[in-house]
Amino acid sequence: MRHLSTKATCNSHGQDSSYFLGWEEYEKNPYDEVQNPKGIIQMGLAENQLSFDLLESWLEKNPEPAGFKRDGKSIFRELALFQDYHGLPAFKKALVEFMAEIRGNRVSFDPNHMVLTAGATSANETLMFCLAEPGEAFLLPTPYYPGFDRDLKWRTEVEIVPIHCTSSNDFQITETALEAAYHEAQQRNLRVKGVLVTNPSNPLGTTLSRSELNLLISFITTKGIHLISDEIYSGTVFSSPGFVSVMEVLKDRNCDKTEVWDRVHIVYSLSKDLGLPGFRVGAIYSNDDVVVATATKMSSFGLVSSQTQYLLSALLSDKKFTKNYISENQKRLKKRQNMLVMGLERAGISCLKSNAGLFCWVNMRHLLRSDTFEAEMELWKKIVYDVRLNISPGSSCHCTEPGWFRVCFANMTEETLDLAIKRLKDFVVEHTANGHSKSNNSSKNSKRKFLLKWVLRLSSRDRDQEPDER
Amino acid sequence: MQMLSKKAACDSHGQDSSYFLGWQEYEKNPYHEVQNPNGIIQMGLAENQLSFDLAESWLADNPDVLGLKRDGKSVFKELALFQDYHGMPTFKNELVEFMAKLRGYKVEFDPKKLVLVAGSTSANESLMFCLAESGEAFLLPTPYYPGFDRDLKWRTGVEIVPIHCSSSNDFKITGCALEDAYEQAKKLNLNVKGVLVTNPSNPLGTTMDRDELNLLIDFAITKKIHIVSDEIYSGTVFDSTSFVSIIEAVTDRNIHDTHELWKRIHMVYSLSKDLGLPGFRVGMIYSNDETVVAAATKMSSFGLVSSQTQFLLTNMLSDKKFTNKYIEENRKRLKSRKEMLVSGLSGAGIECLNSNACLFCWVDMRHLLSSDTFEAEKELSKRILFEVGLNISPGSSCHCSEPGWFRMCFANMSQETLKVAITRIKDFVESITSSRENCNHELTVLDSRRRSVSKWVLPLSPYDNNEPADR
Repeated sequence: MRHLSTKATCNSHGQDSSYFLGWEEYEKNPYDEVQNPKGIIQMGLAENQLSFDLLESWLEKNPEPAGFKRDGKSIFRELALFQDYHGLPAFKKALVEFMAEIRGNRVSFDPNHMVLTAGATSANETLMFCLAEPGEAFLLPTPYYPGFDRDLKWRTEVEIVPIHCTSSNDFQITETALEAAYHEAQQRNLRVKGVLVTNPSNPLGTTLSRSELNLLISFITTKGIHLISDEIYSGTVFSSPGFVSVMEVLKDRNCDKTEVWDRVHIVYSLSKDLGLPGFRVGAIYSNDDVVVATATKMSSFGLVSSQTQYLLSALLSDKKFTKNYISENQKRLKKRQNMLVMGLERAGISCLKSNAGLFCWVNMRHLLRSDTFEAEMELWKKIVYDVRLNISPGSSCHCTEPGWFRVCFANMTEETLDLAIKRLKDFVVEHTANGHSKSNNSSKNSKRKFLLKWVLRLSSRDRDQEPDER
Repeated sequence: MQMLSKKAACDSHGQDSSYFLGWQEYEKNPYHEVQNPNGIIQMGLAENQLSFDLAESWLADNPDVLGLKRDGKSVFKELALFQDYHGMPTFKNELVEFMAKLRGYKVEFDPKKLVLVAGSTSANESLMFCLAESGEAFLLPTPYYPGFDRDLKWRTGVEIVPIHCSSSNDFKITGCALEDAYEQAKKLNLNVKGVLVTNPSNPLGTTMDRDELNLLIDFAITKKIHIVSDEIYSGTVFDSTSFVSIIEAVTDRNIHDTHELWKRIHMVYSLSKDLGLPGFRVGMIYSNDETVVAAATKMSSFGLVSSQTQFLLTNMLSDKKFTNKYIEENRKRLKSRKEMLVSGLSGAGIECLNSNACLFCWVDMRHLLSSDTFEAEKELSKRILFEVGLNISPGSSCHCSEPGWFRMCFANMSQETLKVAITRIKDFVESITSSRENCNHELTVLDSRRRSVSKWVLPLSPYDNNEPADR
């Protein structure tokens, strides 16, 4: 008899072993300005490290919340015992207000419709458990965050069917693509329960346009299915056209008393906007009472530490702080993105025009030996080993076109980013000079053998060092 | 087409609505020494509130830790970014040391086999996902913690088949009961993957003796199944020498890593009961199987422990002077409190199962039942709630096969409140006894009480659950 479950043993995290190779190589040889200046620079980690000083200074000025105190009195006992899965009311109130503030107060949220979970990872999985049976499917536009393959599918047994987006229209979602995905699901005998979008998008770094949102709402209305909008990056929108939340579009369409209202759900987290992935703060927001009630009970499997809820409720209740933080954080992200975009441009590399996120969606198609994913892998390995940058290949995000890479810019210092850009520039110059483009085929074979060697070695390795970060 | 999943729509929490009635009534009318002295006293919550002063004084002496500092320097950034599902290495080292200390160093734990998760609720569910397919089963001795029906079954699709234990031998697990449960599972066409025990037991408050552990081990060897030992109450054993952990039991049988049972031994732990920190969500899985550790580690992504909390507790647990004092003092206080409840109940003619651990007693009120039925237990439960003003947990909610047993918590209130509760029970029993002396009268009274009780039972079902999350 088989001892362990299929979930435990057919532990498939990424058919794309290259994704992990980059991480492993980085771990072995991490860049350090002083100690290891030739090491690999981590550009595959979507962390926001730009605004810690603002948080740290707030903590210095407000020692009470971290010290388990309220008005000079210890509330340690109260917090130590607080495990109500409805969450700390003050925290939920502060969180919904923060979310509204990020959306320019064009929408408001009801804390009674919010469910706290230990991170958006937990929120997304829980929503799947609430909305779909094993074997049913959700449609996701590609490219998408690689972690979704685990978060949405693994224990829930829900399937993902891709909505193919292409560079021909800047990867925007089209009606044709939606219908094609729905049709594909039907061909595979999969019942579609909804669409899940990330807005702003990971890995594109773009916000969904009003027309895309309207398209989505019409689509789910016609099909009678759900829409999940993962808005984890909503606070990172730094330039126009600005962020339009799905709630805003629903409101504008006067959907608030209609059936579709109950089928739209939002996921949020403080991991990207506030740069606090370690604190495990995620949330589900739903207009459907049954979903809220069920998700609330399910949150027992991943509650937010009361210690953390209390600290952050104080932080987010400080409106002076949040106002300043939101605008300053966006400014810094914009500057950083611009630095990367300009730097890449000088190297002859263009990026998808983006207005959000902690990364750029970079176009390196012209550097590919051939228009294939094999060539993408080859290029990617060169970038990891020769250029010594860990960036994420588009194939790991299920992109349908080879040659795109996600490059993060907010998880390092300015100096390090400068260095990364310089290295890439040098690489491109050399690459072009040596004719390592699609026309040169002679070293193709030996390189392919080299590549295969690495791919095979990989599959036997324990895939334990999995990058958890988006 | 059904819009929500079955898990969401058929959200069945508790066929035992009386369990929730108690909670709801308590919420409406909570006892307060000054503001509401006639309110309902909460005795259904297995919280350890007896030793907070020790933790608070440690915090007062270590302000840097709360300020997220190490050696005077801020580690805020490091913590804010730390989301490695392998957990903080220093924290895991301290935890295994703490766990070994609780077991009198009779066993040793390897931090590499430890997986941190947000509470043992998460740990238990994850273990089910790792060990069983949907539709397979685990055997659990009754009575057991009501939350298991949700934690082990809900999203996993795993079934629970009870191992019936009875008061005839103090609810100990017997070879017969194990075999019966296994047979029962077979009859239901369920593939049994393992046995899950809580040791010390919730709701019994007793530790498993060596005979039981050996029976369990033999059974798991014969049937080639897993043993999951939830040792969440291991630090509440009043006398440390009486606790035998599953790891100790298998080691004493010379079962080591070459034995085929070795990899099928798994443990669950948490800081919610021993340290009284359920709000901080610190649970863990300990397994001898690397595949389980690897899978559970990845699954922990769905419920990681806040790095802020990991940092705080690493520091607390690394202070050996503190942990030594805490463990000893906590045990003393729990023992004294339990004795207070036991003798108080004894004074009211109510006996408890002889217990040596936990935050509650398993109380025998069979003699107060109007008949040896669960209906009578429900009736008594309501009387205790509405007339006596105590929220206690009826044995039926723990799947006990005999009516008349109740779990009463003693560590979640002050001594004074416990005294009030004991007085109330005493008065209640006296009133029953005196009314029983007048037989005819009693029958009429019971009838009318029964009618008023059934008035309360019916409206319950459509209520939104203010479900007690606590064990």
